[in-house]
Amino acid sequence: MRRRALPVYAAAAFAFLHLPLLILIAFSFNGGRFTAWEGFSFRWYRAAMNDAQLTEGLVNSLIIAVSAAVLSTVIGTLAAYGIWRKTARILSGTLYLSLVTPEIVTGVSLLALFQWVFRFLHLQLGIYTVIIAHVAFSIAYVVIVISARLRNYDRTLEEAAMDLGASEWHAFSRVTLPLLAPAIAAAALLALVVSFDDYVITSLVAGVDSETLPMVIYAMARRGVSPVVNAVSALIVVAFGAIILISQRLQER
Amino acid sequence: MRRWFLMPARLWMALFFAAPLAIICAYSLLTRGDYGGVERPWTVESFTRLADPLYLAIFWRSLWIAFLATALCALLGFPLALFISRAGLRRNLYLQLVLLPFWTSFLVRTYAWLFILRDTGLINTLLTRFHLIDGPLPLLYNDGAVLLGLVYNFLPFFVLPMYATLERLDPALLEAAADLGARPFAVLWRVVIPVSAPGFVAGSVLVFIPCLGAYLTPDLLGGGKSVMLGNLVQNQFTTARDWPFGSAASLVLMLASAVILSALMRSRIARELV
Repeated sequence: MRRRALPVYAAAAFAFLHLPLLILIAFSFNGGRFTAWEGFSFRWYRAAMNDAQLTEGLVNSLIIAVSAAVLSTVIGTLAAYGIWRKTARILSGTLYLSLVTPEIVTGVSLLALFQWVFRFLHLQLGIYTVIIAHVAFSIAYVVIVISARLRNYDRTLEEAAMDLGASEWHAFSRVTLPLLAPAIAAAALLALVVSFDDYVITSLVAGVDSETLPMVIYAMARRGVSPVVNAVSALIVVAFGAIILISQRLQER
Repeated sequence: MRRWFLMPARLWMALFFAAPLAIICAYSLLTRGDYGGVERPWTVESFTRLADPLYLAIFWRSLWIAFLATALCALLGFPLALFISRAGLRRNLYLQLVLLPFWTSFLVRTYAWLFILRDTGLINTLLTRFHLIDGPLPLLYNDGAVLLGLVYNFLPFFVLPMYATLERLDPALLEAAADLGARPFAVLWRVVIPVSAPGFVAGSVLVFIPCLGAYLTPDLLGGGKSVMLGNLVQNQFTTARDWPFGSAASLVLMLASAVILSALMRSRIARELV
């Protein structure tokens, strides 16, 4: 009996995991304003593109995600390499802690730090505080991806390079780094997605001029029904899916 | 040389992760300022206030909801992991199917349920259309909706470690049990489940910890009614402007997560898993 029950059960579980997003995407093409199907239309996609708040949010999100991804990839790659050479317990521990700390705690603690610093410097919350926060929580993701690749990396390659006269830096930059390139690209894409998606921490450390796309979506979702949110959500789902698939392919290379 | 590789990460994590937590620790022992912020004198008042029945109730409630979400994830996730581990060549495809929604935006996934459950949402519209109900059912802004959102968002966290242990399960073990006369259910109950205990524990912890600290799901799907620890922290730092109390609540939240995590790390099960 279980032989038949299990596939049926699995199908139901997959439906539970995928239907909500598929429904959301389907209704983003709905011609009507309400949750009843009134014919196929790109109306809400056009409305989304003409919405000043959404486009401004998108631009802010892109600036933040790209900067945070670049910074955290550089910092994280160097750190993963350093940890691979010789364990760094405190740093590894801190990185793991940053992964398991509830987002809301990370967010309020960064807010407290910034407000404390602002007592001495005449600054205020803005895009740069969001970038700082995003780099702080993205480094751990980058380190995990790069470390996984380094685990299968042959140490003797670097030793050979150094025996042949390369300096430590040259061995790293000319031998190891090129071999790590796919993993680095994968890590950067992952960091990009993680940063672009964040709402909880961002909403706490963003200033008045740095509303991100998730913040705009949150505000719209809170206000009530707007099919525009469905359209934006559908675009995000598709874009994220594509980026993550590319990232996974790169990790397998 | 190696120091220079580690330096940027050490600096960034010290300044923007460790230092903020240290500030929270200090703030939890200070007094609330008149316009937000903090003042002296030092006091443990924020912690004693957390023992107030009102806040204790929020604490227990968060533990209870996180526990229920974990139990549901285990119930839903175990058969799914079992199915995937036996799917042969299609394993990777199914794993991708589990992972894909997990990698789409957390906010969008939670919003999808908002869209489905609200008064003018999909379920209520359909039911009204077919004249099954007169007014909209109150599907949103209650504990059930929060639970649903949490299970939906964190199910992959359970399925993956569960799958990892089930995948290593030796099929010969099952054949042996069957040869010795065990019925399929007995094989499941007395062989598969005991052997997969490490996956159970790891998956449960991976679900329980983010659920305990959840903020966005109870906020969007629970409305103002379903307050969990994460919402209490957020509220104290924004609307209520009581930073010392919010800091104390953050520390309790972190401490609860750390205790659970370290219990896992110390157990035999963690060693088996790694």
